[in-house]
Amino acid sequence: MVLFAFFFARLIRPANPYPAKSINYECAEETIGTSWIRFNNRFYIFALIFVIFDVEVVFLFPWAVAFNKLGLYALVEMVIFIMILFYGLYYAWKKGVLKWV
Amino acid sequence: MFEVILTSSIQVVVVIVVVLTGCAWATWLERKVLGHMQQRIGPSYTGPYGLLQPVADGLKLIFKEDIVPDSVERLTYTLGPMLSFVPALLTFAVIPYSRDFSLFGLEFKGVISDLNIGILWIFAVTSLGVYGLVLAGWSSGSKYSLLGGIRSSAQMISYEVSYGLSIVGVIVIAGTLSMTELVAKQASDSIWFFENWYLWRNPIGFLLYLTCAIAETNRTPFDLPEAESELVAGYHTEYSSMRFALFFIGEYANMLAVACVATTLFFGGWNGPAFLSFVPPVIWFLIKVFVFMFCYVWLRATFPRFRYDQLMRFGWLVLLPLAILNAMVTGLVVLWLG
Repeated sequence: MVLFAFFFARLIRPANPYPAKSINYECAEETIGTSWIRFNNRFYIFALIFVIFDVEVVFLFPWAVAFNKLGLYALVEMVIFIMILFYGLYYAWKKGVLKWV
Repeated sequence: MFEVILTSSIQVVVVIVVVLTGCAWATWLERKVLGHMQQRIGPSYTGPYGLLQPVADGLKLIFKEDIVPDSVERLTYTLGPMLSFVPALLTFAVIPYSRDFSLFGLEFKGVISDLNIGILWIFAVTSLGVYGLVLAGWSSGSKYSLLGGIRSSAQMISYEVSYGLSIVGVIVIAGTLSMTELVAKQASDSIWFFENWYLWRNPIGFLLYLTCAIAETNRTPFDLPEAESELVAGYHTEYSSMRFALFFIGEYANMLAVACVATTLFFGGWNGPAFLSFVPPVIWFLIKVFVFMFCYVWLRATFPRFRYDQLMRFGWLVLLPLAILNAMVTGLVVLWLG
C-alpha cells in the first residue's frame, strides 16, 4: 500500500529539480561543513541505561502474567532484583550522568 | 478454512480504511478544536464546518513535487517514512473493537487476530517506529534533521521503559496478556457498568501510561523532536509530498493506537452499559477512543513545551521509579487481597 502510494504520487506530481532546490533546508544559506556533526555523547549513555532497564521490563512481563501462581516468593525475588538495578540508577545519578548540561 | 480467510481479509480491509479515515479526520478535529480553544474558527471554507479539509490536504500533498536534496542517503531516506507508517498500522491487528458477531451469514470475531500476547505485540511493534524517525533524521543530511532524529530517539527510549512498566500493574491484576481476555474481565452487568474498569484498580498506572504515551507519540508537551521554533520541523525537515504525508499519517495512526490501547486496558474496551445493550459495542469503543483523541488536542492547547533537560530528568528520576513502585505495590495488594 505504501509502495502504491509512492508510485501513484510519482505519476501525477510535477518533477522539476534544479541545483538551488536540491540543497539542504537552512534558510537559503549554504550548509557550513558536513551535516553529520558529532553530537553530544550523553545520548549514548542514556541508550546504555535504556538497554539495562528494558531488559528488566522484559523480565517483568512474564513475572506479571504468572504472578497469581507464584505468590509472595516471586514478589520478594523481584523486589530484590529491582533494588539491585535501582542501585545502578542511583549510582548513575550520583555520578551526574543523568544531568543534562 | 476459506471462510476464515475471507472474514479476516474483510476485517483487515475495513479496519485499515477506518483507521486511515480516522487519521485524516483527526487532523480536522485537531485544527478545529485548537481553533476554538484559541478563539478562532479553524478550517471553515472547505465543505460544511470545513469537514472536507482532510480531502483537500490529501490531494494537495499528492500533487506536490517530491523534493529530494542532493545530500541524502537514498535507501534509508526512502525507508524512513515507511518504517514510521507501517508499525503504526500493525498495532491495530490485535485491538478488539467488538464482541464476536455475524453479518451476511459470516461469523466474524471482534478482533483481526486474537493473539495471546496482544499487549506484548503492541509494545514490540510501536517501539519499531523509532527506527523510522532515526533513519529519516540521519539520512536527510541536514543538521536540523539529524538533531531532531537524535533527540527523538533519546526521548523515545527514555520513555519506552516507563511505558512498558506502566501496564505491568494491569497485567498483574488480570494475569493475562491477551487483549480480548482483558476486555472480557472488565465487563459488568450492573448499572454501574464502569465498576470493573482497570482505571479504578490502577489509577497511577493509567496516569503513567498516558504521560509516557504522549511522549512516545511526540506530542505536546513532549514534542521536542519537532520543536518548530528551534529545529524547523525536526526529522522530517527535508521531506515533502507523499513521504511527508506518510510521516503525518503515521503520527496520527500512533495517536489512534494509543487511544485504542488505553481504552482496552483501562476503560473496558467495547463494553458498554448493560441497559443500553441494543447499541452495538463498536459504538462504545469509538466513543471512548474519540474522548481520548479530544484529550490529546486539549493537552496540546493547554501545555507549553518542556525543556530538554527537564524532559530527561522527569523521565528517568520521576516516571521510572514511580512506574516500578506502582508495579510492586500492585503486586503486594493483589497478594494481600488474595
